[in-house]
Amino acid sequence: MVQPLKRRKESPSQTAGPYVHIGTNPNWVEITGVWQGDLGLDLVAPEAKGERILVKGRVFDGADQPLTDALIEIWQADAAGLYNSPQDKRGQADPHFVGWGRQPTDARTGEFRFETLKPGRVPFPDGRLMAPHITVWVVARGINIGLHTRLYFGDEEKANAEDPVLLRIEHRARVKTLVAPRSEEQGLPCYTFDIHLQGPDETVFFDI
Amino acid sequence: MSHDGPFYQRDRDWHSPAFTPGYKTSILRSPQRALLSIENTLSEMTGPVFGRDILGPRDNDLITNFGGTGEAIGQRLIVYGRVLDENGRGLPGVLVEFWQANAGGRYRHHKEGYRAALDPNFGGCGRAITDQDGGYHFRTIKPGAYPWPNRVNDWRPAHIHFSIFGEAFAQRLITQMYFEGDPMIWQCPIVGTIPSREAIETLVAALDRQATTHMDALAYKFDIVLRGRRQTMFENKLEGH
Repeated sequence: MVQPLKRRKESPSQTAGPYVHIGTNPNWVEITGVWQGDLGLDLVAPEAKGERILVKGRVFDGADQPLTDALIEIWQADAAGLYNSPQDKRGQADPHFVGWGRQPTDARTGEFRFETLKPGRVPFPDGRLMAPHITVWVVARGINIGLHTRLYFGDEEKANAEDPVLLRIEHRARVKTLVAPRSEEQGLPCYTFDIHLQGPDETVFFDI
Repeated sequence: MSHDGPFYQRDRDWHSPAFTPGYKTSILRSPQRALLSIENTLSEMTGPVFGRDILGPRDNDLITNFGGTGEAIGQRLIVYGRVLDENGRGLPGVLVEFWQANAGGRYRHHKEGYRAALDPNFGGCGRAITDQDGGYHFRTIKPGAYPWPNRVNDWRPAHIHFSIFGEAFAQRLITQMYFEGDPMIWQCPIVGTIPSREAIETLVAALDRQATTHMDALAYKFDIVLRGRRQTMFENKLEGH
């Protein structure tokens, strides 16, 4: 025998199930009056600094059908590259930008949509700057443990080319699964981030 | 020394794998390629914080928070516990969200296909923010078991869904709580995605007769453990700190 380390084990994940929105977006599933407004719909206050953008996409299963019952959360830095979190000790992030958003996928089309800001660059642990990115977390019925990935921006080719995380991807053809092409919608830059759970275009998911 | 370093690596053998054919929906929704392992960066070691000002007085009372004046039907329960990390430290200020079926096993949702009746006084959602010691509690009714479309005769054991934030996005977790002594836990394909009995038992809340309220509610204790952080014993902090 040796001395025990006495650490606890993380609670095992279980699927969010088909009714996750009852807990996370009750007003969206017509459970109204419990609390006003679902969390995570508005990331950007009018005073927030930075370029307004749209992010949209769908989550496809292995039969290429979009999930209409998923929940997407995003987490990102502000325009200066600071996180609105007490855990970011580098400085005070923009108080008018939350940095966290949450949206269901549309019950008919499967599309999710966020109005947010283009994030600034954040350093990797060794000091190199990462390219601007948004952390994306996907849960749904049939997903046993939440899937972490990252959205990178299609118009940041130079930064993407030196991003320490993207450089880790062995199969270079898969890098594009994390890079959202830019278009324009409602007069704003719009980045489309389609997520593929399986198949030849399977998104790179992270073990963080 | 303080625990403010990167998070302990997630034990993927303790959690369910993505592909679990006994739970049919996972077949087409499970990534098949290896996950890309990256050391924690600021993007994973930070996370949103929610102020108590978002909470209303009945957010943690599922018995009354949906009905106007009426109360939900069912076995009245208090569910309480702590949100801890793997080092055993209580996590204060953490948002915990919960949702569940009513006493008959029916969810208030347009996709629900089970015959059990809706309860006009039960919505099925609630939330709390942990106190200084990581403690949370809420009042609810015991959810019923229900059949679900997997194999023709699969039933879910009574359970409550939990969503927990932690202090960093690396800790983000959704899981489910089960009830002590329920034989249906061991017959459920979703529970059965978890590889070991030892891990499943950490999701089974204990009946606590010492925490009941007199002539009112039974009590169950459910602690939730999120990933813990490494100690920084030598200066190897993130660049920029």
